[in-house]
Amino acid sequence: MTAQPPVDTPLWPLVLYCAIVMILAAFIVILSAFLGQRHRERTTNEPYESGIAPTGSARIRFDIKFYLSAMFFVLFDLEAVFIFAWADAARPLGWTGYIEILIFIAVLLLALFYLWRVGALDWRVEKHRRSKRQVTKVN
Amino acid sequence: MMSQLLSYLSLPLVHLILSLVVILAFLGVNGIVLIYVERKVAGFIQRRPGPYEVGPWGLLQPLADALKLLSKQLVTPMGADKILFWAAPILSFAPVVICFMPMPVSPMFTGMEMNLGLILILAFTSLNVLALCLAGWSSNNKYSLLGAARAVSQSVAYEIPLLITVLAIAFQTGSLNLSEIVASQTKGIWSWNIFVQPIAFIIYIIAVTAETNRAPFDLPEAESELTAGFHTEYAGMHFGLFFLAEYSYMIVVCAVATVLFLGGWHGPFLSGPFWFILKTYALILVLMWFRWTFPRVRFDQLLNICWKWLIPLSLINLVLTALLVKIVR
Repeated sequence: MTAQPPVDTPLWPLVLYCAIVMILAAFIVILSAFLGQRHRERTTNEPYESGIAPTGSARIRFDIKFYLSAMFFVLFDLEAVFIFAWADAARPLGWTGYIEILIFIAVLLLALFYLWRVGALDWRVEKHRRSKRQVTKVN
Repeated sequence: MMSQLLSYLSLPLVHLILSLVVILAFLGVNGIVLIYVERKVAGFIQRRPGPYEVGPWGLLQPLADALKLLSKQLVTPMGADKILFWAAPILSFAPVVICFMPMPVSPMFTGMEMNLGLILILAFTSLNVLALCLAGWSSNNKYSLLGAARAVSQSVAYEIPLLITVLAIAFQTGSLNLSEIVASQTKGIWSWNIFVQPIAFIIYIIAVTAETNRAPFDLPEAESELTAGFHTEYAGMHFGLFFLAEYSYMIVVCAVATVLFLGGWHGPFLSGPFWFILKTYALILVLMWFRWTFPRVRFDQLLNICWKWLIPLSLINLVLTALLVKIVR
């Protein structure tokens, strides 16, 4: 990754391209808003809830596990970025770099197995099973 | 005359517009073809005819669908966050069009040659999850919110093995430029990365099936539990854009798989765009085949496959690749 000659790409076409694509996508929606039907009955705008009138707020609470999952992603994705940085310079770094990244990945795997042991990766099913086990132990 | 035309083609602006037109036309046609193929394949596997009323062999069915979607009302549910609700489909569709820019369809035709093409594609494909998040949150619908929560945790989890396997390939080639990755696989079929790195290929296919929310990992839109997941409240062309984006993501991930593992435009007889498109669509057929072969997994199983199998495996694969590369060179 280091020896290749840099391809001289100006970045402005990419930015311009992104802008054009966004405008075109918005244009499709706006076109459809013009062409589409417009009717408004009593329940047209009601959120769908399997055919009954919606009850309570739709911004419900959900499992804390989703938060944990997001946290793990942030941690592990950052580590992946560090590995990217190493891969970019791997050839000149040689064996020293390799050993170092090996230690890094080993720590990463250790952390993963720690999370696994602690039960952070288990969702409902496992938790129930473990709590049942503890109950039987107490008895 | 001809050389003058060619010199016009190398102007950045002309090149840009040309690529835009080609990519958009391709995506439109691809969406229509894939809707038809998906329904026909489903029909074939389930021993029923599939669509056959509109046009010969039902060929005009997707066109009729598209016209219907375009003429439907764009309903915004009560209590929805309007701006986010309208922005989500656009945000879902736009990044995927950008992903086609660095794709080396043939040695002659590449939208934009860049050193970090692979990173660009990874970055823009992962933007999709933001759109799903916005869609689910802004809809003011419980199914949507649950679908979005699932979509986010699933996509971010599978992002990690995806990154690490792709990195292994990039490391082996020594480049993040897609054209160079293809060029390194042109020494006959056995130099294709699928034979050099079979584990990476398997991890990649599993991860992208989850990333594109395809069955058996289609929990964000599992119709038997969540109605339609994050796009429950979307009607008309809003839904159409989500749908188009989903099919376009399928073709992006399959095209990247073709580039990384199947030798890109390289083939036995006439190398070129023909082979590239053939391989991409073959992979898409495999994804469709998955959908009707495997039952949907449970959510904890889905995340466990990723955290307990794919991530350790992909890390080990990376370490081994690096070791082999070090020893060979």
